[in-house]
Amino acid sequence: MANAIVEIQDLSFGYKGRLLHKGINMTFPKGKVVAIMGGSGSGKTTLLRLIGGQLKPTKGQVQVGGEIVHQQNREGIYRLRRKMGMLFQHGALFTDLSVFENVAFPMREHTNLPESMIRDLVLLKLNAVGLRGAHALMPTELSGGMARRVALARAIALDPSIIMYDEPFAGLDPISMAVICDLIRSLNDALGATSIIVTHDVEETFQFADYVYFVADGVVAAEGTPDDLRNSELPFVHQFVHGEKDGPVPFHYAAPEYHASLLRGAR
Amino acid sequence: MVLHKLKRLFSKLGAGCINKIWRLGAGGRLFWLTLISSGESFRRFRLTIREVYFTGVLSLIIILVSAFFVGMVLALQGYHTLQKYGSSEAIGVLVALALVRELGPVVTALLFAGRAGTAITAEIGLMKATEQLSAMEMMAVSPIARVIAPRFWAGVIAMPVLATLFSMVGILGGYLVAVPLIGVDAGAFWSQMQANVDWEFDILNGVFKSVVFGVACTMIALFEGYDAPPTAEGVSRATTRTVVTSSLAVLGLDFILTSFMIAV
Repeated sequence: MANAIVEIQDLSFGYKGRLLHKGINMTFPKGKVVAIMGGSGSGKTTLLRLIGGQLKPTKGQVQVGGEIVHQQNREGIYRLRRKMGMLFQHGALFTDLSVFENVAFPMREHTNLPESMIRDLVLLKLNAVGLRGAHALMPTELSGGMARRVALARAIALDPSIIMYDEPFAGLDPISMAVICDLIRSLNDALGATSIIVTHDVEETFQFADYVYFVADGVVAAEGTPDDLRNSELPFVHQFVHGEKDGPVPFHYAAPEYHASLLRGAR
Repeated sequence: MVLHKLKRLFSKLGAGCINKIWRLGAGGRLFWLTLISSGESFRRFRLTIREVYFTGVLSLIIILVSAFFVGMVLALQGYHTLQKYGSSEAIGVLVALALVRELGPVVTALLFAGRAGTAITAEIGLMKATEQLSAMEMMAVSPIARVIAPRFWAGVIAMPVLATLFSMVGILGGYLVAVPLIGVDAGAFWSQMQANVDWEFDILNGVFKSVVFGVACTMIALFEGYDAPPTAEGVSRATTRTVVTSSLAVLGLDFILTSFMIAV
């Protein structure tokens, strides 16, 4: 795709001989919000780490801005990462720094801006997530939702062209969830960035995502716009979207036959 | 059956050995990366100063109080033995040499491992478990330059200073027991010490030991934290390992250094 900013091509990745991904292809066009969905343990977060160059693919490649990530040296990967912002599952704020200093961190590390400008920029970013008033607090004084928003302000500190979100809704109350949903869309549009969201929250994601990939058993099981997927007849997608407890994804973890286990004693 | 058990025993032993060698290599690699990343952390020296405060200044209380008691006990024990030979005025030399050459560097390092080493391991381990190190990596900031190297140099700077203070306060404790309490002549106490403690052989060698212990203890603490599995159990085990490994390393290195120093 011509305007793709991130492209995953025929990507395979595994640990210790066990393949987690088996030939994945994905495209993330500029300016779009794209979600990667799938059950827990399906390797969604690993995909973000592969895009960020923290892991190397076993086969295939990830291209960011036309450059192949795993072929870069350390400086090259760091150069690519400066274009990226990442929101970690629990925020990953630096607990020894205040909210203000957390957001200022990337600016202090990568720019030589004067202190007055850093202050203005940090307050601007915090204002965008509605937490300008909390700039003096320490991360331990924040609620889960607030910490996630501060981490978001930090992720966009250097106006990245790609923003990655790792389970942005996990463990949030409905109000915080709605706030984060709104922020993901509005920040993406305001910055002209591309957002990649890894999540399993169907309803929230379908409200604002432009395109969705479903990952199951190491391959892209389905893809399309939220409307396409809502009406999908594919059994896996149907089970996932409607939250049915049994279907192609079984309720039971693979085990020997039940009564045989009971008679012999489970092994 | 016996053969099978024996085979399992050997394979377990082998796996344990390989794991130990692997960890030694990984520790060495982290040490090397820390050294080559040090330039970056020296440029922002305030980060190191901050860590000197956390590892050094906050360890002062335990170090100084211990030193005081160690000095007092040394004087009591020393006097008890020396008076049998009628040389109780040599008590000052005994206290000073024991502290400056051995107890100062060694006990400081052991206390440092328990007080500051564990704190470093737990902090780095938790930073890893809460993805703070990963976040730093993703912000194109090297955690080795930003987190590991400043703590390393802080430990290397703090240890000799702490050991020197330990020796000073220990000598003071020894003086208080020997002179006002037991009644040894103050002039003999100090002049014997002055005459028999050598600047290079005793004091500088002691400081050199504490620098080596500083490198070992801090690097072990940093490696254990950096290598800890990101779970509560992983961090707690790593913290225990820091104390055990650091203590053994200090005692082992002390023997090696002392034998070299005495041979030379």
